Amino acid sequence: MSRPRPSTAFLAWLALAYALLGAAVIHAHLKQAVRREALSSATALVRRLGLTDLCLFTEARYTRHPTQADSFAAFQDHPGAREHFPSGSLVSPPRRVP
Amino acid sequence: MIELVEVRKIYHQGLPDETVAVGGVTLTIAANSVTVLRGPSGSGKTSLLSLIGGMARPTSGRVWVAGREITSLPERFLTAVRRNTFGFVFQHSNLVRGITTLENVMLPAYPLGGSRASLEARAEGLLEQLGLSHRARARAEWLSGGEAQRAAVARALINEPQVIVADEPTAHLDSKASRELMGILAGLRTRGKTIVIASHDPVVYEGAAVDRVIGIRDGRLDGDGR
Amino acid sequence: MRALLERHRAVLDFALSSLGRRKGKNAALLAVYALVVFCLASVVLFTQALRREAHVLLRDAPELVVQRLTAGRHDLLPREWLDAMAGLRGVSSVRGRLWGYLYDPLTRANYTLMGVQGVAPGQIAIGPGVASVTGAAEGDRLSLRGPGGDYEAFTVREVLSSDAALVSADLVLMDETKLRSFFSIASGLYTDAAVSVANEREVLTVAGKVSRLLPGARAIPRAEMLRTYDSIFDWRSGLALLAFAGAVLAFTIVAWEKASGLSAEERREIGILKAIGWETSDVLALRLWEGAITSLSGFAVGMLLAYAHVFLFRAALLAPVLRGWSVLAPDLGLVPYVDPYQVVSLFFLTVVPYSAATLVPSWRAATVDPEAVMRT
Repeated sequence: MSRPRPSTAFLAWLALAYALLGAAVIHAHLKQAVRREALSSATALVRRLGLTDLCLFTEARYTRHPTQADSFAAFQDHPGAREHFPSGSLVSPPRRVP
Repeated sequence: MIELVEVRKIYHQGLPDETVAVGGVTLTIAANSVTVLRGPSGSGKTSLLSLIGGMARPTSGRVWVAGREITSLPERFLTAVRRNTFGFVFQHSNLVRGITTLENVMLPAYPLGGSRASLEARAEGLLEQLGLSHRARARAEWLSGGEAQRAAVARALINEPQVIVADEPTAHLDSKASRELMGILAGLRTRGKTIVIASHDPVVYEGAAVDRVIGIRDGRLDGDGR
Repeated sequence: MRALLERHRAVLDFALSSLGRRKGKNAALLAVYALVVFCLASVVLFTQALRREAHVLLRDAPELVVQRLTAGRHDLLPREWLDAMAGLRGVSSVRGRLWGYLYDPLTRANYTLMGVQGVAPGQIAIGPGVASVTGAAEGDRLSLRGPGGDYEAFTVREVLSSDAALVSADLVLMDETKLRSFFSIASGLYTDAAVSVANEREVLTVAGKVSRLLPGARAIPRAEMLRTYDSIFDWRSGLALLAFAGAVLAFTIVAWEKASGLSAEERREIGILKAIGWETSDVLALRLWEGAITSLSGFAVGMLLAYAHVFLFRAALLAPVLRGWSVLAPDLGLVPYVDPYQVVSLFFLTVVPYSAATLVPSWRAATVDPEAVMRT
């Protein structure tokens, strides 16, 4: 008449949890492979239009096209513009292009 | 079995509150016997007991257990000797609350890494011998005083020690439970164990099975009774 | 070996029952741990996926984009520049790009207008984000407000695929000539130039030549564009800093709670264990296992929830932060991407401090003198 040991249940739970994590890693890996094909419409557009940026933040010019901005782009609107838009704190312009 | 030579225990040595708990005791405890250290509170019997059981180191003097000197053993080896040779029963049963009686009995054996199944079997056997089978799955805090002390005895026996050391085991028990407990402890002698008990309870030191009563007062031995 | 495993299993059993005896407190600790991991992992997974997406999508961006700056401000670029650059050695082709921004007061959104070939003058192709905010579909009429204040109506010829939303959400593609008249940009002027360089390794050389050849030219290599996205959300940036600071604070609270000492009950238990024969190392093993139970479980839960949050629920909690004041933002259906190195780093970043916080007070308690128990 012995109940299952607590350590048995715990180790089983750990095994399950980390197996799920492993499954997530594999899932991500598979999705990457699959999506590469689905991205073809996007990459075709990039090639056709010569696009340079992801459309993430449409608040201001230097946030919409961060790769094209320089450190002064923010000030082109207004001297205090740098702190103006929230997403301005998230992206910075290209570092090695003066 | 156990030999003490000129053993002293001084607490807070060199400080204003220096106390001589045990002052120069020489004592031999025979194997397979029941010995009682009798004395009032503060007589030093608990200190002497902890020296006998390897729980504390003497300030001076030497202690032998089963022919091996333990006085200057490194901590690690002392613990091993203590673990393998002694089983302790305290004034309060000191069972861990929130786990079952059976688990409490098995607890001293956990660090030894034995097989779980055989450990459970051994523990259940001990509880049966002590009349506690029906309480094996009960939580420790639900046991009565007498039951808890019996469980403590079972716990002290789990690693099959040669010596049982008990410090005032009947202090919180009624006379009936006290007699039952003494019966159990005395009965262990027939299984080849050596029993050392510190107590000022007449039920203990006047028990028929007691081989020797040693009086202790102010850290020194009185002289043997019997 | 077997004895060692059995020993740890037995200690683990006791550790689990030990934690179970203080359910509320330990459940709370587990929840906090998982929450901290969730926050950190969400940010990490999200930014990694975004960077990866940028690399995949933008690998076909122009090798070099040349802008013109006048008095430090962006200026239009003349046709002569295109011809001059086309003549440089190493340049395989030069294309003038014509594009700009348009603010729509009706929707309060910003669009990116691009002049292209192959679209009839009265027609436009719009990105899925534009379609979404305006409610326009293929075949509908959409009015755009020109710089002069007048509205001009266009027929929506096509809504660009939502698969491409991450690059096209706010795009409005218009006939190039029409765009010029819309923005009053004289012919012969361009927004910038997309330069193709045959040999990838010569890009920087060409960029240098362009800068020397054309005063006021600013040349941006593709590698730099991609690097911009690598540094997006880097630790200095607001979002990462906020998440990190919050996580560190939470962890400090947890560690402090642990380090603030053991309760009398816990101390008593350790005393009993020492008295019945447990060594200091056994008690430490017990405490380590207690810590490991919480951190291993908390990490797994936090990580799994973060993965679900970012990739199944489209980073619902992070999206508003990113969105900021944008009216138009793309659907963040990122392709799942997990960098094992980041996961392992996160593991050690959370498990190690927690274990240390568990171990330190345990050491003090584990060295309790067993004799003291006899005197209680």
